[in-house]
Amino acid sequence: MANIGNVWVFIEQEQGKIAGVSLQLVSKGRELADRLGVKLEGILLGDNLSGCVDTLYHYGCDRVILAEDSRLEPFTVLPYAKVIMQLILEHKPNILLFGATLKGRELAPRIASEKLAGLTADCTDLQIDDFEDKKNNQSYTDKLMQIRPAFGGNIIATIVNTWDDPQMVTVREGVMKLGDADTSRTGELLKVDVKLDDTDTVVKVIERVRADKEVDLQGAQIIVAGGYGVGSKENFKLIYDLAEAIGGEVGASRAAVDAGWISHDHQVGQTGVTVRPRLYIACGISGSIQHTAGMSESKKIIAINTDPDAPIFSCAHYAIVGDLNQVIPQMIKAFKAKQQ
Amino acid sequence: MSFNLLVFVKQVPDTQNISGDAMTPEGTVNRAALPAIFNPEDLNALELALQLKDRYNAHVTVATMGMPAAAEVLRQSLYRGADRGILVTDRALAGADTLATSYTLSCVAKKLGNIDLVLCGRQAIDGDTAQVGPQIAEKLHIPQICYVEEVNSLEPGKIVAKRAIEGGYEILSSPLPALLTVIDANDPRPINVKRMMKFKRARTAGEIDMAAKKGEIADAEACKADLKARGLLMDEYSAADINADPSRIGFPGSPTKVKQVMSVVLTAGEAKTVSADAEGIAGLMHELISDHTLG
Repeated sequence: MANIGNVWVFIEQEQGKIAGVSLQLVSKGRELADRLGVKLEGILLGDNLSGCVDTLYHYGCDRVILAEDSRLEPFTVLPYAKVIMQLILEHKPNILLFGATLKGRELAPRIASEKLAGLTADCTDLQIDDFEDKKNNQSYTDKLMQIRPAFGGNIIATIVNTWDDPQMVTVREGVMKLGDADTSRTGELLKVDVKLDDTDTVVKVIERVRADKEVDLQGAQIIVAGGYGVGSKENFKLIYDLAEAIGGEVGASRAAVDAGWISHDHQVGQTGVTVRPRLYIACGISGSIQHTAGMSESKKIIAINTDPDAPIFSCAHYAIVGDLNQVIPQMIKAFKAKQQ
Repeated sequence: MSFNLLVFVKQVPDTQNISGDAMTPEGTVNRAALPAIFNPEDLNALELALQLKDRYNAHVTVATMGMPAAAEVLRQSLYRGADRGILVTDRALAGADTLATSYTLSCVAKKLGNIDLVLCGRQAIDGDTAQVGPQIAEKLHIPQICYVEEVNSLEPGKIVAKRAIEGGYEILSSPLPALLTVIDANDPRPINVKRMMKFKRARTAGEIDMAAKKGEIADAEACKADLKARGLLMDEYSAADINADPSRIGFPGSPTKVKQVMSVVLTAGEAKTVSADAEGIAGLMHELISDHTLG
């Protein structure tokens, strides 16, 4: 296909801090753009954001399209959708990637609906391949294969958008590997005028309360996670003790979060974050498909469970059938002994 | 002043409790093996609408798109306090992706007209896309407030609501009409037994025709007339009834196509068994330190 559009990544930021998932998507977008022989462009909206631009070049953007306006801070969906829609009509990108964050998941469908473009949510992998639409007897070359779990994570579907460009997807946080930053890399900056009218700003933010997450699980190399088998909020101290001893962060299964033993910031899995650390220790986690979807890519997985038939063991590299109340203190002791 | 509320709900397979025979060996989903349930967050949306009905003067219409059997979620809504149920069903709607679905549902809202507030669950557990709500809002050219936890106030022409954001919350005001997507932040009320006694005979025309075909009732038209007189005939719309453009619904109206579906196979168990005693654990820690996983 001659003369196809570029690959775009919507760059999500909060007070000038770029979201981790956006940089992960820049890394993936670089790969897709190279495969298609097109440019990679970062779409950055907000106000006073010039400090973000170099970082985007370092991770692989050829060009940053920057829209700055006080009406774009804080994020509200209508003006963002309007500005990005105008940019799409003008520049005709081939692919547009969003993080599957709260912002991305309300913004992308608003735009896709107006553009009459297909949109696939929560992708866990993206590839370029050809597509034969046998039903309509059409064939397509170099389309974006949009790979996502469905039916509560029990199946993996490959979806293709056959209508207008751009091919739009949201991508789960943590599933794309962050590449290395190359601080010598540079790019081109395109500042655009923001054209909004009163109808775009009818939704007003009356109050906004937010804090950064308690924990950065996506950046963690070692995660010690507790599940329902931990038994109580007090007993989560064991999980914290092990994490502290071996230099890791604390994760949790949904069951432990729902029980109120630990905050949602720590949740790993389909409704939490996706992680791929060097070491994941699952303590008292049965291993539902919703949980394993968020951690099965970890390099090494240790599972501790009293139930030898717990599904977690089928994705583990090391299986310890035993009581975490005995096993964890022994692990801490053994680790400290080896360290000396 | 009375508010017109429209709640979109969906009947979904219970994907959170998948049993062994729900997946075929070929990796496709055997929907028949899964119980059909009221999508959980749609119950939260209905609950929020019913709370508004309790607080203000409001009329709550519940609409769903689906197979004839999806009328069950409408009855479940009537049992809880909804005023009206609408089923949109048509073979031409089959194969709809989120864009075609949101177009179809926007046609329902347009046909009803004069809606102050549209409410949906954030997402349905069969697809987990969370796209249909925002797409309906765009199709209706109205503002959206996503991830709503509660409504602070509703007044003519204006709503103030609290919604979740990453790491906190926002309180937003929006003009009406508007669309809300609602998250799991309230406790849906149980079925009201009195209402259930009243509405358990509520049926759509399609359900009556089906029962007549099976020989369960003798005269379908008489039965419809009787239910209608008693306020128990639920509305049933075809694609033509809601003035939907045939090229924008169902399979033809869906830009996304499924290329391939595979069942999830967990990476088969090559797990090394570590004995849960001091020796076994010391050996494991030694291995992890020597291969630089730890330390």
